[in-house]
Amino acid sequence: MKAEVVVIGGGPAGLAAALKASEHADVMLLEREDELGGILPQCIHDGFGNFIFNEMMTGPEYAQHFIDGVKKSDIDVRLETAVLEIGMDRKIVATNPAGIMEIEARAIVLAMGCRERTRNQILIPGTRPAGIYTAGTAQRLINIEGVMPGRKIVMLGSGDVGLIMARRFALEGAEVEGVYELLPKPGGLTRNIVQCLDDYDIPLHLSHTITDIKGKERVEGVTIARVDESMSPIKETERFIPCDCLILAVGLIPENELSKQVGIAIDKRTGGPFVDEHMETSVPGIFACGNVAHVHDLVDDVTLASEIAGTYAGKYAAGKIEEAGRVNITAGKNVRYVVPQFLRGLDMDSITFYFRVKEESEDVNIVISDGDRIIFEKREMVVKPPEMVKVVMPSSLLANTGGEVRIDVEGKYEK
Amino acid sequence: MRNEFTCIECPLGCAITAEKKGDEITVTGNRCARGKKYVIQEMTDPRRTLTTTVFVENGIHSLLPVRSDGKIPRDAMGRCVRELSKIKAKTPVKCGDVIAANTGGTGVAIIASRDMVKK
Repeated sequence: MKAEVVVIGGGPAGLAAALKASEHADVMLLEREDELGGILPQCIHDGFGNFIFNEMMTGPEYAQHFIDGVKKSDIDVRLETAVLEIGMDRKIVATNPAGIMEIEARAIVLAMGCRERTRNQILIPGTRPAGIYTAGTAQRLINIEGVMPGRKIVMLGSGDVGLIMARRFALEGAEVEGVYELLPKPGGLTRNIVQCLDDYDIPLHLSHTITDIKGKERVEGVTIARVDESMSPIKETERFIPCDCLILAVGLIPENELSKQVGIAIDKRTGGPFVDEHMETSVPGIFACGNVAHVHDLVDDVTLASEIAGTYAGKYAAGKIEEAGRVNITAGKNVRYVVPQFLRGLDMDSITFYFRVKEESEDVNIVISDGDRIIFEKREMVVKPPEMVKVVMPSSLLANTGGEVRIDVEGKYEK
Repeated sequence: MRNEFTCIECPLGCAITAEKKGDEITVTGNRCARGKKYVIQEMTDPRRTLTTTVFVENGIHSLLPVRSDGKIPRDAMGRCVRELSKIKAKTPVKCGDVIAANTGGTGVAIIASRDMVKK
């Protein structure tokens, strides 16, 4: 079977990419589950769409908007279809209840999202009883399946999904004993600390970890301890907390098994492919967007970046992308990573750089330069590692930079 | 009464302390006027959007996500959730359909957050 653009994944990234790509080419959308929307159908809380639609939507509502768009389009949607393999020649092998299919694609958009870090990846000692879930699994159980994973909850990690679930557990009548965070700062957005923990009197214990899990069939309790500056548990501070459920909200990892299989170059800092401003990866004709490229805080940003990926995948399939020359983007002072990592088209009116800082800093100046010359500056009142920073600038300023551009975050704005 | 707040109007997250003397509320720790407004709202009439699920009959899922069509008093959240746990919605449901009017006596309707077709 031949196809012009194949989008892999029907979550927010895949939906936005497919819709935009369909303006330029025929599109096939492959989704592993039996409905579209990705993680959004289980994210029943509000806070989505604030930037794009200027209103606070719930996850299902946000998804519904794009699903309605796809239904009205000519996009060929294949549900219950899992991709097994992608070749360098953009040949896709997928499987669904009808059997195995081979698709020769002119362009591919990778939109598989991310996965949660599990107990095995953070190596918590102890027994292996039932009652240990990741926050996203608990979210699916409570909001879609209608099953309560436990009655007395301890949560490890303070990422946004965890905070949202702490509130959800409390509203559904469970007792959330506390949220324990290894780092000295919370992992989630401030509004979630306030509206999910403070509102329900759920304590947040920073610089704490779990040192043991007890229970044979079912979790009976966990041992927690304070950690020192090197993040090692302090033995004397250990205490046992009886509980029947441990929820892990300990981070998300971009899902790139397929990307690695094709030989796409992966940026170790983001966990996702190196991409240019069109979201094209190191393999020509293969684009990546949403949480595959790097983990986002807000779905609105996923949509915006995925619309770019979809547009250019469509143009690529129609044979219309020109390269102007390569510009590398360096993550400079107090910058952990920048996406896109390089530019090669310079054919868009504006470019949006997404990045995360290493350290919290107030009253900062974001400086974009080509080494000696400052090209663009932006002031921010505060930057924090859990909150992605966004700089939109005119593309034209990035031409004639000699191929190297860097982004530095200078603390204490001075002029 | 609670008198320490973290402002959520912007990413700065100011720690604001409020003091009530008679009808007068004075705030300290805020860096702008929005912080003061936020705290006064939180002290006098804190409101939240309620999002939860209700049972749905013969749907492709057994639960339907819903939200309040506007903010309800924070203290009414638990009451509304308990009331909604008794409701059974009927398929087919369209996103935005009213599932319960005047939930928990708040005067705010509960609406569906998604379409739900028959199984």
